[in-house]
Amino acid sequence: MKIVVAVIKPFKLDEVRDALNALGVHGMTVTEVKGYGRQRGHTEIYRGAEYTVNFLPKIKIEVAVESGLADRVVDAIAAAAKTGQIGDGKIFVLDLATAVRIRTGETDAAAL
Amino acid sequence: MTFKSHRAGLAASLALAAGASMLLALPALAQTAAAAAEPTVNKGDTAWMLTATVLVLLMTIPGLALFYGGLARSKNMLSVLMHVFYTVCIVTVIWAVYGYSLTFTGGSSLLGGLSKAFMAGMTPDSKAATFSVGVAIPEYVYLAFQMTFACITPALIVGAFAERMRFAALALFVPLWVTCVYFPIAHMVWYWAGPDAIDAAAKALAAAGDEAAKAAAQAKLDEVNADSGLIFQWGAIDFAGGTVVHINAGIAGLVGALLVGKRVGHGRELMTPHSLTMTMVGASLLWVGWFGFNAGSNLEASGGAVLAMVNSFVATAAAALSWMFVEWGAKGKPSVLGILTGAVAGLVAVTPASGFAGPMGAIVLGLIAGAVCYFFCTTVKNAFGYDDAFDVFGVHCIGGIVGAILTGVLVNPALGGTGIMDYTTGKIADYAFATQVIAQSKAVVLTLAWSGIGSAILFKIVDLLVGLRVKPELEREGLDIADHGERAYAA
Repeated sequence: MKIVVAVIKPFKLDEVRDALNALGVHGMTVTEVKGYGRQRGHTEIYRGAEYTVNFLPKIKIEVAVESGLADRVVDAIAAAAKTGQIGDGKIFVLDLATAVRIRTGETDAAAL
Repeated sequence: MTFKSHRAGLAASLALAAGASMLLALPALAQTAAAAAEPTVNKGDTAWMLTATVLVLLMTIPGLALFYGGLARSKNMLSVLMHVFYTVCIVTVIWAVYGYSLTFTGGSSLLGGLSKAFMAGMTPDSKAATFSVGVAIPEYVYLAFQMTFACITPALIVGAFAERMRFAALALFVPLWVTCVYFPIAHMVWYWAGPDAIDAAAKALAAAGDEAAKAAAQAKLDEVNADSGLIFQWGAIDFAGGTVVHINAGIAGLVGALLVGKRVGHGRELMTPHSLTMTMVGASLLWVGWFGFNAGSNLEASGGAVLAMVNSFVATAAAALSWMFVEWGAKGKPSVLGILTGAVAGLVAVTPASGFAGPMGAIVLGLIAGAVCYFFCTTVKNAFGYDDAFDVFGVHCIGGIVGAILTGVLVNPALGGTGIMDYTTGKIADYAFATQVIAQSKAVVLTLAWSGIGSAILFKIVDLLVGLRVKPELEREGLDIADHGERAYAA
């Protein structure tokens, strides 16, 4: 199993969810996060005070999938979240050792 | 023309200078001198003053509290709200106990006496003078109206040293400051014997037959004119409190910001407003409430009140636009905080002028105030590096000075102003540019000196007694938890 972690622009969330639904992915965890990469930040001005804001609001998605599906999930997210502008985000894929569905006690593939 | 409303006149200086010779030229007036009728109370005026009084309270809570609160970081939101609300409560009680008496009774030209302490002798039927001969309002509503001014002035100061001053220090500073600074300045600017006393004395002088009677009547008139505050006697005019409220609070704020010191992390860490939405709500409530402040300062529901209302509309809008366009040009973006701050700067600047300038003069005043305050809140503040957290000095002191000086210019009837009533003649006095601007400038300088020095001494006393600042680790945690044991927002 793999866990796919994607950090995307907030307004791309709906498109990404639709794309993953189309692949048969039936669950995800979403977190509002802040961070920066090549986009760096932006400048805010309050009266005379100028602040460089380094951390920009992003959405982090975590999706647990069977290993065979991971590449297609990555491709789907990449396609749906892309604007071509700097700051589109990143996707990370990690190995996932165990999964348990709490209600039934099912494990691993059956729990996804 | 009927009586123009205003705070002060050239009455004192003119009467002393010109004296009897001017009055002798008015035989017609002498004939009406006989019986000065007891001033009467009018239900319309009373209703308007009740309304204006609660509008000024609305400016402070929640208006000013939200305006400032939104500019704070979320960890200090309750602290700011508490500073403002506490100030309203403590000053209200002090005002009833001795503040009104010290401000609005005779005594010296610097401070009144204690004859009305504990509201002694006052009943719902007691009367207070307006700016028209023969017209009074209930003294209770005058007391309550002026109470709201005494409440908002120290509440304005808290924005300068917000986010680091201990609550205990503020709790002690506010009663000391209103007693030693606000009451004297308000007395100096606004206390006078009233139009009926001057009118009656002037008519008695005109009616006096022989030389001995004339001398006695002149002495009486001089005495009535001398029964007023020092700045009033100088002939400075301040319709609704440019000196008393805004310069007074603004310079105290600057002194406080310097003595309390910069916030931990000032200039290095992000100190962005936590809710400009609340700041917008607060600024808008300030504008609405300010109609009570300015138009209410007319004390009557008459032409002077509607003039003050129109001026408070147009000057505010002009200053908001002025700030917005200057910022747009200088920084590339027109900010919401900018247009809001410009509006407040315009309200401040038009305060002393609201009953004296014409509407076109008020627009010019607003345009100037918006740009000048922008310059002070950005360039000047950055150059000197003081941490006036919410720009109490840059907006209230500077806006107040712009307004106070230009009031002396815009009152000129040739510029659309009302001119200044002389109650000894019952006419609008001749406008003298240099005389008026010098009188305005003297009022500004005295207010800056009295409040600046007085506030510095009081901050030092408070520092010795309870300490001005919270500990750095508590400041980092936020004053809401450190001082009040509460949070504004659920974690």
